[in-house]
Amino acid sequence: MIARGVFARRSRWRWTEVTFWLAVVVSIIVFPTHLILITQLLIVGLFAASFDLLVGYTGIASLGHAAFFGIGAYAAGILIHAGWTEPISGLAVAGIAAGAFGLVVSALVAQLTGPALLMITLGLNLLVFEAAHAAKWLTGGDDGLAGVVPSPVLGLFAFDLYGRTAVVYTLVVVALCYLALRRVVHSPFGLQLEGIRENARRVPALGISIRVRTMAAFTVSAVLAGIAGALLAQVTQTVALGVLGFDRSAAVLIMVMLGGLGTLIGGFIGAAVYTVAQDRLSSLSPVYWNFWIGLMLVLFVLFARGGIVGALDRLAAAWRKRRTDSS
Amino acid sequence: MIAFATIAFAGLAFGVVLFLMASGLSVTMGLMGFANLAHATFAMFGGYLAVTLMNAHGWPFLATLPVAFVVTAAAATVLERLIFRRLYRSSQLEQVTLTIGLVFMATAAATYVFGSDPQAISVPAWLSGDLVVGGAEINRYRLFLVVVGALLIVALILGIERTTFGAKLRAAVDDRRATASCGINVDRLFMTAFFLGSGLAGLGGALSIPILGLDPNFGLTFLASILIVVTLGGLGSLRGTLAAALVLGIADAVGKYYIPWAGAFIIYAVTVALLLWRPKGLLAPR
Amino acid sequence: MAQAPNGQLVSAEIVLATTGLCKDFGALRVTDGVSLELAKGARRALIGPNGSGKTTLINLLAGTLAPTSGRILLHGRDVTRSSAQRRVRHGLARTFQITTLFPDLTPIEAVTMAVCQRRGVGGVLFRPLRAQSDAIDEAYALLQEVRLAECCTQRTAELAYGRQRLLEIALALAAKPSVLLLDEPAAGVPQSESVEILDVIARLPSETAVLFIEHDIDLVFRFAERITVLVAGRVLCEGTPGEIARDPEVRRVYLGDDVHAA
Repeated sequence: MIARGVFARRSRWRWTEVTFWLAVVVSIIVFPTHLILITQLLIVGLFAASFDLLVGYTGIASLGHAAFFGIGAYAAGILIHAGWTEPISGLAVAGIAAGAFGLVVSALVAQLTGPALLMITLGLNLLVFEAAHAAKWLTGGDDGLAGVVPSPVLGLFAFDLYGRTAVVYTLVVVALCYLALRRVVHSPFGLQLEGIRENARRVPALGISIRVRTMAAFTVSAVLAGIAGALLAQVTQTVALGVLGFDRSAAVLIMVMLGGLGTLIGGFIGAAVYTVAQDRLSSLSPVYWNFWIGLMLVLFVLFARGGIVGALDRLAAAWRKRRTDSS
Repeated sequence: MIAFATIAFAGLAFGVVLFLMASGLSVTMGLMGFANLAHATFAMFGGYLAVTLMNAHGWPFLATLPVAFVVTAAAATVLERLIFRRLYRSSQLEQVTLTIGLVFMATAAATYVFGSDPQAISVPAWLSGDLVVGGAEINRYRLFLVVVGALLIVALILGIERTTFGAKLRAAVDDRRATASCGINVDRLFMTAFFLGSGLAGLGGALSIPILGLDPNFGLTFLASILIVVTLGGLGSLRGTLAAALVLGIADAVGKYYIPWAGAFIIYAVTVALLLWRPKGLLAPR
Repeated sequence: MAQAPNGQLVSAEIVLATTGLCKDFGALRVTDGVSLELAKGARRALIGPNGSGKTTLINLLAGTLAPTSGRILLHGRDVTRSSAQRRVRHGLARTFQITTLFPDLTPIEAVTMAVCQRRGVGGVLFRPLRAQSDAIDEAYALLQEVRLAECCTQRTAELAYGRQRLLEIALALAAKPSVLLLDEPAAGVPQSESVEILDVIARLPSETAVLFIEHDIDLVFRFAERITVLVAGRVLCEGTPGEIARDPEVRRVYLGDDVHAA
């Protein structure tokens, strides 16, 4: 039936998704010297995809997503410092901590839109940053937390110097989170989030409570951002104050816009491009790399809305059309 | 008490600079709903212009100020005509992304041209040092800032509230479509407002160098502050923006002096609380 | 029929009632002591000159606005302070005068969203949409009913305006309402397309009480069993189309003298 087909198509795996995950697995095997970069890229990708749930699917423009990432990172770090070194439960605790903060934030901002929303999320981000900066006894202030060494994963795989355990551990956790996010996005709840993005005023007339749904979206997004932050703390074995920085909130916005809004995988692709570009360009010219990132943003907004995933989809469609025309 | 007066005065001067940098953004956001995160970067442009004219060409400080106003305004207006206006109908997210991209480019470009070190300028002798008034030490430059700022603010408020241009502008902020249907060219109106607003930012940037310093990160560092001022002030409200800028400037100076360990925590906490209380601005009806 | 020829209610179940409903905007009273009763299956038109507060009344009934004073009863339950979404769950749905749809979603997606919500599965997080085949089929059937089936996979933004108006109605019907408020369902639609809309309205479920605002007097007289005339926020009078057409007061303030003798 036509109608059922629409929803089957919505949740089908796209070629961009399949290609990305294959590429990750292949590059782990092919580039054993770049495992740390790949790990980082997966973590930041998860962070960006969690943000995409808010901004791309629900249409909530937040400028403070790093707060959730940072809270997750500190939660994981503090837990290990307190003697609880088991990593997987550490992720869970970090996710819960970030999610709890997300729930509080969402209760405050659920009814807001526009500049007030941007400013309050930004303000809360700066607030958490300053709090972490001031609470030296807990967070180490400017120095951050060092020596955050988790015990071996499942009691079997110790984190090694080459980052082999780290990359596999991260890949498994991030892939599971991606599957979870995918489920959420393709559920009836996910469709309602898109409804809120498309027309928040119309949604209550369908019997849907915007407040309840945006709070849920915020919380899910915060939990996943927190897990990403915790992963970073565990695999780098440090927590720096920068995990909470506003520039991280801006960067995640950039990654999602770059990759393609409302696509989930766009967050990962954007994060990959951003992270690799930062790595390459900053080794060429440490000061000027952000010029090229900035230029990319401007060009994408002006000429390629829909980001990399959008551009790739258009290319693929054109290619398919050419093939059917010629055959 | 005397120490408090000195600090509060420093805060007042900071507030004046914040107002100059934020007022243009308030009008732009109020009129076109355009979220221009590059507005603080216009201020940085004005600052570097003043520095270049003084240090490389030997201009006196005061002579650089009108140039900072006009050249920044002209450059920003070119940007508006070429790029920004394509995005008036786009989502706020796209506006934010594009303008943050410009901020990044400007930061890198400034580093390339001027290096990453803070810029130093020398203000004329009659503006340096302190003036002692009733035991309180008043920095001469800050006094100058407050006087210049007060004159500009009075001129602006009179201009907005007493002239036809101001009346049209206020009408357009209230209801753009209705104003356009009265035969007023809102596009031209907006261009003029954008020109003036960017000019003020450029002037604010030049004036702020002696108290805030100037480095390539200026456009990001003060972005948060002026966004806070604009939002707290209420979009398009000049008086609201002024009130917010002064409150924030003074609160920042006093907070940093008396509760240094809390850093900017108090400012952000107060901002978030005020915004949750009045999301449309301090002076706006609830 | 819920109503006897003399207009008296005959043991019909009252599904929506208001008493002394008022709404002030500042010093301006836009809705002024409106008391209204709607029986099961009613076909009620709300007419009145521009600015008489018709849309405001709909907004008050639907929960988009909160009244200054007065009460609203839905199936005998006081919903005066209930949110819009709560009222939908209790069987009250509405359409909007100015089309407000979901531009980037397809009709089938939008209606499925509404149907899922009514079925209580709208907040399901971890089960895919495609597993909700009953809801999808119901949404499709609903779209067939309003003749949108063949364009149900196009983006809403690309639909002709008349079709968007039909989608408005379909979205309201997805809630299976016992009370349906239609705010100028055919406003702005060219004559050629409005026939379809009228046809859909004519076939609305007979047990649903319908309250509609309409400016086209021909339409009002064709569909309404009773008419309420609103002037300056107040109910001027209420009656059958025949009574309203004969009422001298109504003729003076609203219909004008060139009205056809219905």
